[in-house]
Amino acid sequence: MTRRPLILALLDGKGAVFLGVLASLAVLVPVSNLLLPEASPLHVPTYAVSLLGKYLSYALLALALDLVWGYCGILSLGHGAFFALGGYAMGMYLMRQIGPRGVYGHPVLPDFMVFLNWQELPWYWHGFDMFPFAALMVLAVPGLLAFVFGWFAFRSRVTGVYLSIITQAMTFALMLAFFRNDMGLGGNNGLTDFKDILGFPVQAQATRVALFVATVTALALGYLVARYMVTSTYGKVLVAIRDAESRARFLGYRVEHYKLVAFTVSAMMAGVAGALYVPQVGIINPSEFSPANSIEAVVWVAVGGRGTLVGAALGAVVVNTAKSWLTGALPELWLFALGALFIIVTLYLPKGIVGTLAEWRDKRRATVSAKPAEVAAGAAE
Amino acid sequence: MPRLLCVILALVCALLAAPARSAPADAGEALALIASGRFPDIEKGVDLLARSGNTHAQAIIEALRDGRLAVAADRRVLIQQDGGRWSDAATGDALAEAPAAPKTVRINNRIRRAVEAAVGALTLMAPDAEARRQAAEAVFRSRDAAALSALDEAIAREEVPYIKRLMGEARAAILLGDAGASDLQKLEAIDILAARADQDALALLRAATQGSPVVSAAAEAAVASVEQRLALLSMLQNVWYGLSLGSVLLLAAIGLAITFGVMGIINMAHGEMVMIGAYTTFVIQEFVRSHAPGLFDWTLPVAIPMAFLVAALVGAAIERGIIRHLYGRPLETLLATWGVSLILQQAVRSIFGPTNREVGAPSYMAGSFDLGGLAITYGRLWIVLFSLAVFAALMVALKATSFGLRIRAVTQNRRMAASMGIRTPWVDTMAFALGSGIAGMAGVALSQIDNVSPNLGQSYIVDSFMVVVFGGVGNLWGTLVSALTLGIANKFLEPFAGAVLGKILLLVFLILFIQKRPRGLFALKGRAVEA
Repeated sequence: MTRRPLILALLDGKGAVFLGVLASLAVLVPVSNLLLPEASPLHVPTYAVSLLGKYLSYALLALALDLVWGYCGILSLGHGAFFALGGYAMGMYLMRQIGPRGVYGHPVLPDFMVFLNWQELPWYWHGFDMFPFAALMVLAVPGLLAFVFGWFAFRSRVTGVYLSIITQAMTFALMLAFFRNDMGLGGNNGLTDFKDILGFPVQAQATRVALFVATVTALALGYLVARYMVTSTYGKVLVAIRDAESRARFLGYRVEHYKLVAFTVSAMMAGVAGALYVPQVGIINPSEFSPANSIEAVVWVAVGGRGTLVGAALGAVVVNTAKSWLTGALPELWLFALGALFIIVTLYLPKGIVGTLAEWRDKRRATVSAKPAEVAAGAAE
Repeated sequence: MPRLLCVILALVCALLAAPARSAPADAGEALALIASGRFPDIEKGVDLLARSGNTHAQAIIEALRDGRLAVAADRRVLIQQDGGRWSDAATGDALAEAPAAPKTVRINNRIRRAVEAAVGALTLMAPDAEARRQAAEAVFRSRDAAALSALDEAIAREEVPYIKRLMGEARAAILLGDAGASDLQKLEAIDILAARADQDALALLRAATQGSPVVSAAAEAAVASVEQRLALLSMLQNVWYGLSLGSVLLLAAIGLAITFGVMGIINMAHGEMVMIGAYTTFVIQEFVRSHAPGLFDWTLPVAIPMAFLVAALVGAAIERGIIRHLYGRPLETLLATWGVSLILQQAVRSIFGPTNREVGAPSYMAGSFDLGGLAITYGRLWIVLFSLAVFAALMVALKATSFGLRIRAVTQNRRMAASMGIRTPWVDTMAFALGSGIAGMAGVALSQIDNVSPNLGQSYIVDSFMVVVFGGVGNLWGTLVSALTLGIANKFLEPFAGAVLGKILLLVFLILFIQKRPRGLFALKGRAVEA
């Protein structure tokens, strides 16, 4: 097959639709929220903008997870940790922006440190008053953790279920660590009560819309990066590793390196998702590290369809919309529904929504275009 | 002549009640002194009474201490009993009617001390061994020099070696702190206290290092030896706590060692099997409480097989309904069983409520005993024994029964086993039910030491997987060693790092360990590894 131009490779049918939807969201939602009068039926209220922004940051997390799980076969049960670390980096920046406006009015120290009688800022809090540094940390901290963790894990060929379990142990250990007050990151309560981001008040309508647009942009960029990675030669090797790791290794590919790159990039994307999530929900606390959160992210990907990228994002939005609705309407039922979702998707929809739809479409095309060659189509299945 | 009568009566009573006591002194005289109302006389009276050997002496002195002793208008000394009734102090007989205007005998601090010493001395010679033991302990703590003479007398009389030793220690404690005691006496005391070797003795010995050169040198040597002994003891205590924690881990992980270790199924709902076992115990206890409260002690022996059955049935249903369709797809199994765990949690939450449920401890689980300075609670001891018993039973089931043989055959070579006529799907279901049932039995034990809530299982799932992976998948002995090792390591890390940080360190260590030995401590060797 001849190589298509890059832009075409990135924008296949699904991708074009996906990016189109994102672009129209980025335009229509702000217009509707800021310009239409509140009485208008097309007006999107500000809380809904933030809610949607939250879903889309989850979608970015799901995209990151799909990159490693769907294309490389690494089922990470600890991606919530990267998400939360990115969120904490952003939260630290937002805490520093409060300045002397905290409850205790200390010029530098955040409220919880004054409360705990700390005298000066711990070393790792320095620099977070500058946005570029914080933004760098949003990428660097999860990336570094993933790099170190992955370097150890992949080098010693920890694979499959074992890897899943130790990633879960990793996020569990981090959760316990962040719950401690001595950690200097707010302990149980986490970081909250934010005021400004880049000089704009976090609660203001315009800021919320801007954060939404930023999230949509990040999701689109994340999609393009992931799509670029999986359509390149590198991506083909990744899929080969997923399907037959030993064979790929015997063919001379340095499997560890391929995995490590995918894992690190994915962790950075998760970090960005966390950083966008925090200002929109207004709090980050250690429960984001809980193993249940990470596993829930896995089910978003599974529902949408693993190995499709678009499906992961779609799954995140669908599942979370259902969650918001169910926890409001029938709170008892939500865990039943989520549990059933895990079971149904794994048993009956192993390819997820997008994967199953694509399968149907392919089947239809095959039957319509090649009626006489039905035997061949059957054999291909 | 009512007073004379009283005295005679008291004498008779004393003679009848305590024939062994030699020459009981005149309790009447002592009572007269107490009734006088003058503080020095009362003190003398207390002293006299204490040495009188009168059977009522203790009751009278305690009444005096508690402000229940009164003098009636006719100078009789009365004791106010519980519920406002009165009795004659000299005879102990209850009065038919309330006396007119009794005057409470008041005491000052000086007398209160005399009273305390008298109570101590009296109980040191009490007929009840337990009372004597407590009195000796009380004197050890108070180190009141006034008790010395009574103590000497008590030591001479004491026949139980254990209590005699305690009294000797109390005496040593007094002498060591007594400025009037000779160096020789103090050296002797130091020896006795060094042999006692606990925190109390350590404090006393430390205080004694300030004395004369001879005494302080001996005391310092004794302090060093006691400290060494205490360090050893605290290490043993840590080992015991570690074993106890390890046995809990073992219980939680041992079922997983079957389902995950032997069968290779990632069962994220394993913790919920433990939870189901705990709730089964709760239900059985509630039933017994309302229908046959007398049989409460039997709830645990009944709960163990019941929990096994319930959890095994749920496990079999999960295997038949879900896991069977996912063999060979471990990651999908992981997700589906996670879904099962969410459903089970929410089901229990809907039925029993989200709060902790109270599971009571039968009588044999309560209390503790002392083993050479180690305090061992019965509850923990039973759990350690139970976990080892479960482990042994499982080993026997796997190695010595035909069912175990089939499980091993299927896990080692499924197709060959099927060719030999073993119904492999049936064996899978049974093995999964076995693992789940064992988790249910673990729930019975955990209900005794942990909160029974819908989240019970969640708190054990990460730990259980760590235990199995650390020990080596497919190796039950490895699971045993790893559970106990992790339990002990956890308890030894706690003093240095704190409970939470200790746990984090252990998790980090395990993550690194898996890098080094991905197949665990005791890895299976051979072809089965790559399968």
